[in-house]
Amino acid sequence: MAASHLLEVKNLTTEFRIGGSVIRAVDGISYYIDDGEIVGLVGESGCGKSASQLSVLQLIPMPPGNIVSGEAIFQGIDLLDFDPDGEQIRAVRGGKIGLIFQEPMTSLNPVLTIGRQIIETLVLHLHMDRQSARKRAVELIDLMGIPDAKQRIDNYPHQFSGGMRQRIMIAMAVSCNPNLLIADEPTTALDVTTQAQILEILRNMVKAFNTSLLIVTHNLGVVARYAQRIYVMYAGRIVESGTVKDIFDNPCHPYTLGLLKSVPRLDEPKGRKLVPIVGLPPNLGNMPGYCAFWPRCSKRSPACKKKPWPELRLISGQHYTACDYDFDKK
Amino acid sequence: MTDVTIQIDNPMEIPFRRNGFIRFLNVFLGRKVVVFGAAIILALIVAAIFAPIISPYDPYSQNLSESLQPPSRAHLLGTDRFGRDVLSRIIYGTRVSLLVGIVSVGSAAFIGMTLGLIAGYFGRFINTLIMRFIDALMAIPPIMLALAIASALGGGLWNVIISLGISLIPTQARLMHGQVLTVKQADYITAGEVIGASDWRIMIKHVFPNCLPPLIVLITLNLGVAILAESALSFLGVGIRPPGAAWGSMVNDGYQYLLSNPILSFAPGFAIMLVVLAFNIVGDGLRDALDPRLRGTI
Amino acid sequence: MGTFILRRLIQTVVVLVLVSFFAYLLLYLIPGDPAVTMLGLEASKEQIEALRHELGLDRPMLFQYVNWFMNVVQGDFGKSLIYRENITDLILTRLPITFHLGLVSLFLSTLISIPAGVISAVKRGGLLDSVITVSANLGMAIPLFWLGILGVYLFSLKLGWLPVQGYTSPFSDFWMSTKQIIMPSICLSVVPLASLARQTRSSMLEVIRQDYIRTARSKGLKQRTIITGHALKNAIIPVVTLLGIQMRNLVGGSVLIETVFNIPGIGRLMVRGVFEKDFLIVQGCIVMVALVVALANLLVDISYGYFDPRIRHEE
Repeated sequence: MAASHLLEVKNLTTEFRIGGSVIRAVDGISYYIDDGEIVGLVGESGCGKSASQLSVLQLIPMPPGNIVSGEAIFQGIDLLDFDPDGEQIRAVRGGKIGLIFQEPMTSLNPVLTIGRQIIETLVLHLHMDRQSARKRAVELIDLMGIPDAKQRIDNYPHQFSGGMRQRIMIAMAVSCNPNLLIADEPTTALDVTTQAQILEILRNMVKAFNTSLLIVTHNLGVVARYAQRIYVMYAGRIVESGTVKDIFDNPCHPYTLGLLKSVPRLDEPKGRKLVPIVGLPPNLGNMPGYCAFWPRCSKRSPACKKKPWPELRLISGQHYTACDYDFDKK
Repeated sequence: MTDVTIQIDNPMEIPFRRNGFIRFLNVFLGRKVVVFGAAIILALIVAAIFAPIISPYDPYSQNLSESLQPPSRAHLLGTDRFGRDVLSRIIYGTRVSLLVGIVSVGSAAFIGMTLGLIAGYFGRFINTLIMRFIDALMAIPPIMLALAIASALGGGLWNVIISLGISLIPTQARLMHGQVLTVKQADYITAGEVIGASDWRIMIKHVFPNCLPPLIVLITLNLGVAILAESALSFLGVGIRPPGAAWGSMVNDGYQYLLSNPILSFAPGFAIMLVVLAFNIVGDGLRDALDPRLRGTI
Repeated sequence: MGTFILRRLIQTVVVLVLVSFFAYLLLYLIPGDPAVTMLGLEASKEQIEALRHELGLDRPMLFQYVNWFMNVVQGDFGKSLIYRENITDLILTRLPITFHLGLVSLFLSTLISIPAGVISAVKRGGLLDSVITVSANLGMAIPLFWLGILGVYLFSLKLGWLPVQGYTSPFSDFWMSTKQIIMPSICLSVVPLASLARQTRSSMLEVIRQDYIRTARSKGLKQRTIITGHALKNAIIPVVTLLGIQMRNLVGGSVLIETVFNIPGIGRLMVRGVFEKDFLIVQGCIVMVALVVALANLLVDISYGYFDPRIRHEE
């Protein structure tokens, strides 16, 4: 692995202490993203995807959250070394790493105009004066395909639809030409047509601003179309990673396989049945010593219960899996 | 893009779904300060019931040769200008506070909740009529309303109770009204209407119980409010008549001896504060235990 | 927004008419003959008949109410039996004094409660939070009149810093006036202060958990900017609502505080009316106080538009 990844997260572990029990939301995950790359992080709700992203920027509420260990090397510097409210990490947040959240309806401040919310970021990170920041904000809103940007800039969030608000969030996130965009379930709360538009805008922004994009989602369809590489997360761990081709053509973890079987695909015969993954995600406050996917696994064997959760092992190239089951043999 | 992956609540919440009542007790008794408040209320009730046994002296017997004594071993809180034991009078004062509190809040809750229920459930004209009356009552400061009614009726224990009862109706009615409007929207109420249950049946059997938690909290908090207001009326002199022992009038009686015998005013006032504080703490504790979402709304 | 204000205005008028009706009903609560109660047993038959006529007790109630109401609308509450003066004049000379007391208290309570609530929320669980929360709980429970007496005892009798009681107009002797008003205003501000601080704390805690605060943090804003620029503007909205409700307590508390500190305001006038059985004064005070409270509430409601853009754009 080359040393010059844009962001490299190593062994990140984050815990939440709630009501006397400790919940390990992120359990020693490692991943990286390179300049200009689009990477997908896929998993069910509550598997720790969002917590891991917020941990990287130390944005999880502490307490009850606590980043137990790990590194997040961004442009050669460990972000987790910074004081969580200090100037250094604040320069990265919004300046070098832009964030887009899942809920456009609630992620914008309802009592401030959208213009003010964009302008304050520009003033803060790019040290613009109010007037040029305002001009830039109008340009950004225009760029997102919102008509009448000049007038709309003085409107409040409640005067926009969900899709429009997400465009404003994107405008805010890209406003300071960040090196990395992290989009946390950016389209989950939107209807299907709007979803496609937002993803299209995101991809255009990646090109226009020459940034990288980490897209966190539970929707394999999203990553299949846009991402180059995929990390699959389950119960706080990465269980499989590789290029889109690796994951879709040769899934090597039963969980990934299950995810793929539960999603319809265009390139498959019409009659294929969708198969849901049975059972529920595990209780993160009370994990077994063995593979956490075991109760739901279609390939499980009694032997799995006798050994700890397997570490990631190399299949080929960049393709790793955290399962000892040998798909090729059978 | 179809999304067939399993959607489920945040698994972080799963370990905390326990039996409702146990959760309630855990939260309610989990905080020491709530236990403290509950203990004070319990002590208040015990003092009111067993006042004749606990009190060292007869609170009414005058002994002018022993008037205005400072605190001593014989009279722990001293004596007033008629030589009556202050501690005994404070203990007997619990009876007035508790009686006024319970009866006035109880009747205010009954009337207020009924009005709120009827207004909220039937809506339209009845709603406007009732709620405008409630608004008008709300526009008059409760202490002034109670003062005016009590004085018109002629003072005394029961007139104080009536006047406080009327003054407390608006908050109960308002909250009930708001609750009914919320609960009415719920699916199970609509379902009841669809299967043709009668208005009264739906109201009593389904709407009412679901409105209760915040109202229980408000009743507890109002007990403190009523006790505080009763003491204010007694202080102004429209409360119970002498020689009856009420904390508010004791504070007023002691005011003229403030420089020489400050304890005459200090002690009963402290008793008022402690009891009201206890009801407020328990009310807050109930709110957190019954429904933490109510925080900031009551 | 325009229709919103208009609707509230109409509501206020309706409420005030109803209040006047309640105030009028007071006469009918008096057991026996109100005229006898008001004049005392030694009054002559002619006097009683005259008063009965003046109060309209010899005519149908509703008819007399309309009559009385018409006079009230024109600013005439009748003549006081004890002062032998127009009640309107009595009230108007005392109202500014209660306003003075109330406004100083309002100023003190908002000025202290909001920062206290914010600090309490931001430093949640810390020592300062505990001190503020405990003080606020005590403030909600303390009897106003008792607090006043404690203040008199400590600052006037023991330390001798402040005059014991009385009132001086700030226009005749500002320094004396301020020395006299400070203790009563502090006492009167305690209840609104405590409840506003509690409300600020809880709505601030609620706001801090919101997604848009996370967004603000993700933009790299300073903690201070997030609290004052983003969180407080949202958290203040329910506090403003409560401020409207607290107007009642502010005016109501004046009855007690003006009694303890012997301030000749409207609260004292009402208490005097109660004791002298001069119910026309009591009626007048109630209607005037309700008017003040209702207007204050109306102002608060209109100010929502400033704090909450969602209401401003409502049609």
